[in-house]
Amino acid sequence: MTALLEIRDLRAEIGGRKILNGLDLTVNKGEIHAIMGPNGAGKSTLSYVLAGKPGYEITGGQVLFNGEDLFEMSPDERAAKGVFLAFQYPLEIPGVATLTFLRAALNAQRKKRGEEELSSPDLLKRVRELAKKLGIDPEMLRRPLNVGFSGGEKKRNETLQMALLEPRLCVLDETDSGLDIDALKVVANGVNQLRSTERGMIVITHYQRLLDYIVPDVVHVLAAGRIVETGGKDLALQLEATGYAQYQNEAA
Amino acid sequence: MNAGIAAIKTEAETGLADTYAAARQELPGGPAVAAARAEAFNIFALGGLPHRRLEAWKYTDLRRLMKDAKPLAGAPDAAALGAARQAAQWLSELGARRIVVVNGTFVPALSDLADLDEGLTIRALAQGLVTDEPLLSADLGTLLPHNEPALALNTAFAGDGVVIEVAAGAEIKRPIHLLFVTAGETASAIFTRSVAVIGAGASVSLIESHEGPEGSDYQVNAALQVQLGDDARLDHVKIVREGGAALHVGTLLADIGARARFNAFSFIVGGSVVRNQMFVRLAGADTVAEISGVSLLAGRQHADTTLSIEHAAPGSQSRETFKAVVDEAARAVFQGKIAVRQQAQKTDARMMSRALLLSAEAEVFSKPELEIFADDVQCGHGATTGTLDDQLKFYLMARGIPAKEAEALLIQAFVGEVIDTITQESLRDALSAATLAWLGERG
Amino acid sequence: MAAVQETVEQVRRIDVEQYKYGFVTDIESEKAPKGLSEDIVRFISAKKNEPAWMLDWRLDAYRRWLTMREPEWARVSYPKIDYQDLYYYSAPKKKPELASLDEVDPEILKTYEKLGIPLREQELLAGVVRPEGERRIAVDAVFDSVSVATTFQKELQEAGVIFMPISEALREYPELVRKYLGSVVPTSDNYFATLNSAVFSDGSFVYVPPGVRCPMELSTYFRINERNTGQFERTLIIADKGAYVSYLEGCTAPQRDENQLHAAVVELVAMDDAEIKYSTVQNWYPGNAEGVGGIYNFVTKRGDCRGDNSKISWTQVETGSAITWKYPSCILRGDNSSGEFYSIAISNGHQQVDSGTKMIHLGKNTSSRIISKGIAAGVSQNTYRGQVTAHRKAAGARNFTACDSLLIGDMCGAHTVPYIEARNPTAVFEHEATTSKISEDVLFYCIQRGLSQEEAVGLVVNGFVKDVLQQLPMEFAVEAQKLISISLEGSVG
Repeated sequence: MTALLEIRDLRAEIGGRKILNGLDLTVNKGEIHAIMGPNGAGKSTLSYVLAGKPGYEITGGQVLFNGEDLFEMSPDERAAKGVFLAFQYPLEIPGVATLTFLRAALNAQRKKRGEEELSSPDLLKRVRELAKKLGIDPEMLRRPLNVGFSGGEKKRNETLQMALLEPRLCVLDETDSGLDIDALKVVANGVNQLRSTERGMIVITHYQRLLDYIVPDVVHVLAAGRIVETGGKDLALQLEATGYAQYQNEAA
Repeated sequence: MNAGIAAIKTEAETGLADTYAAARQELPGGPAVAAARAEAFNIFALGGLPHRRLEAWKYTDLRRLMKDAKPLAGAPDAAALGAARQAAQWLSELGARRIVVVNGTFVPALSDLADLDEGLTIRALAQGLVTDEPLLSADLGTLLPHNEPALALNTAFAGDGVVIEVAAGAEIKRPIHLLFVTAGETASAIFTRSVAVIGAGASVSLIESHEGPEGSDYQVNAALQVQLGDDARLDHVKIVREGGAALHVGTLLADIGARARFNAFSFIVGGSVVRNQMFVRLAGADTVAEISGVSLLAGRQHADTTLSIEHAAPGSQSRETFKAVVDEAARAVFQGKIAVRQQAQKTDARMMSRALLLSAEAEVFSKPELEIFADDVQCGHGATTGTLDDQLKFYLMARGIPAKEAEALLIQAFVGEVIDTITQESLRDALSAATLAWLGERG
Repeated sequence: MAAVQETVEQVRRIDVEQYKYGFVTDIESEKAPKGLSEDIVRFISAKKNEPAWMLDWRLDAYRRWLTMREPEWARVSYPKIDYQDLYYYSAPKKKPELASLDEVDPEILKTYEKLGIPLREQELLAGVVRPEGERRIAVDAVFDSVSVATTFQKELQEAGVIFMPISEALREYPELVRKYLGSVVPTSDNYFATLNSAVFSDGSFVYVPPGVRCPMELSTYFRINERNTGQFERTLIIADKGAYVSYLEGCTAPQRDENQLHAAVVELVAMDDAEIKYSTVQNWYPGNAEGVGGIYNFVTKRGDCRGDNSKISWTQVETGSAITWKYPSCILRGDNSSGEFYSIAISNGHQQVDSGTKMIHLGKNTSSRIISKGIAAGVSQNTYRGQVTAHRKAAGARNFTACDSLLIGDMCGAHTVPYIEARNPTAVFEHEATTSKISEDVLFYCIQRGLSQEEAVGLVVNGFVKDVLQQLPMEFAVEAQKLISISLEGSVG
């Protein structure tokens, strides 16, 4: 069986600074992988490189998504193929209603996949249902995307987009940052509802706390741009106790 | 604008032409300086005094506001020197080194030139002109129009001023206070030009104050040219407290080097007609400039603050904040332009001008301008005009504060926001006290 | 390629290269001899069968114009215009009396069809596939120097609304026209307005009587077709006490490699409790990618809130013209009157825009609002120039101004030049302006959700101009949105 995501010896840099130094990772359908690591380990870089953010230079390695070379695809093609990045800091777009944005994104993806665009009433119905599940005030859908949203609202909005777009691979970049415990539970709940045998997830986090709510199948430690340890969910608890110091030394 | 329609014709213009004709031989300077003066005067001769149809002088029509040309001030007499000794008492707490210019002449005898810090030199402009140093030439590229009329007049007539040089790396601890005093019975015209050249990595604080007798309609045209080296720092405060009938035209020219820090603050409280214009070029990358000011105006005062700031290199940040309090039949003008050149990417510039109108006849004219040629920038400006907030005033009065005091408190808060940005505490206190005094005089 | 670079490339192609209205209608026309003189002014007046006072009015303007100088204060540059090298009158040849639309030259009808302007009432009324809720619009079509058709005149007449070419109004309602013409923009106002006063050939006249709410949107569609022809139209709209009217204006011109002059004057008068809403989608030919050709759009538009509680609202979407020089303004004379100016100005290629507004507060408790969105791309220059003035007696005047500029690429310029003048202490003016670019991060965020680069830019630009787009009547908003080259299908919220 082809892995959902296969990263082989990935090397990447930004502005001449080496960030990823030979990273290997395989994620199969139905699996949730947590990636933990100290600040500056390359966690966000990994998520951006997978999504195709401009500015990063791939200096080596390969990433296969369902067997296809991810680097051959433009960022919007990756999105249409099912790569979804939940941003650590979701962006604000003044003047563009959330619903307008959702429609634009969904239909752009459907068009690229050769599917029919969703009609406005159908879309509205689906978005409303999902919003209800996530405890999102329908009024928020009329407001400009993320503008004036609280940290919790922004992350809920990311989760809503993820649920609507039904990606194959979800990359959650520090989804817990800036969230209080109640907001964290709501978001984690939303993410858990998306767990499926057809879908893989990479949950990037600095803290173990998120993993109490989104329980991973595999936990990796990322340090200095490489996976330095892989284990079960207990590894996260162990890290909580010992910290990252040992890995930083190791990497250095 | 066609210069042809602006030929010399008013009494003041004719007077200036006559004065120049009579004085040109006497003005200090070698052949090069004389040529620069002649060229500058020619600019004036072609355009005359600036008037409302010149965009930059739209709100300050010197043709109308300047009735006549006064005779050039001579060397200060004993009485004038005596008056100068008593000047600027209210700034005596600054602990600054006083450099005194009386009626346009640098007076070493009244100046504190002892124990100059290492790397600091202070001398008279006239000395330099005599040996034909190019001290009157000012080049700020496209920022400074070559035919800027007020500066042209200054170049044509300036006989003296102060030249301050700070060597690279020198940190001048004690602030320098340039004290420009006008004294004497008869109203005269005073043209000074000062130059501050601050070397790379050096730092200095410069206070410039202007004052003169009440009731005399003397005329001051004072220019200061600043060259701030890379990584250097200058804190400049200009105080205009001219006599109530005086005309003051001031020009600041500043060329700022890379990673330098430039703070400029102007405080305008005196004078009948004031034009305070500043041309600031952030020539080097990653500079930080903070330019702000307060005008407190009453009677029939007219004060025009005109600022042109050019971001000529990448990565610089500038903040401009100007506040005017306008009472009685006074008029405040603010023109502020942020220009960002094509290469000045990552510029971050914000300008704010606010005016508070306290009487039915008070007027304010504000023209904040953006001229942007680079795309990766964050620039903005804001401007507000209005009167005191009635609700706030009522709130204070409901707490037992009389109306006048309540107003004073609110006005203090309004200008305090800017005055509080001055780093030197004694200066901050002096300006706060001057604000209080101004409020006390409100009828 | 960096996202921004792609954006630049994308936007570079937006309208300059894709001007869809650049075709020429092949039609025989009747022209006045080239050049400008008293004789030409007399010729135009005679052609229109004007009353004698009108000719005197024109001649007076012409003589004054001879003494005036072309303004130079705007941030636009162009080679000197040779006013003797233009045709001041050009009209499609037609039969002496036009009994019905069927007699309009089929070529002209085709032209308007191609432009998407409905001139045939029957078709409209038959309602063949009309989107739900679409309102009917009465159209006055001005082709070069003359009005070729005005629709729905009868129905409007029943409501008491006069909507006709101004040349016709001069004959049918001379006293009404005489009373208001030049009362907002005097013949001596400025160089281009004075020129217009001397030679204007047609335009629309609207009078809405007291208490009448105009039953449909009125619109004029201007088309310059002829070569070397100046278009000088004059529009006069009067909303009498308590009346309301919404008026739309559209304009296009063929693609030609010489510059053409368009110097229009629009005067609006709103009496007590009246409201006029004036919307423009200006899409004159902007010139080609090298900056050759295009319209010089030197226009004077001014509204007079003459009555108490009156309101005048200007909305403009400026995408065309090589040079745009226009400042739709409001004189807030009546107490409690209000003025609005909403503007989207997009410049690309070698276009130059110097546009904005004046809000002159004269009456008590007057208010004004200015929302300006400028987008500069290519090597264009885009300037907002505006003035807000409170006169001595304008107690309680209020103004809010927001000017935002977006730069796309580093070869263009965006400038903001506001004049804020308060002569009354109770006037409260607030002005803010920003200049920025489309953030790379925002673009990436959109692209990560599956939008293409173009779609992402479109989405962001659309959000940027939304406040203004919302002010347009629906039909125009759609056209404007297309013009801004954006795919935003049926926005909610």
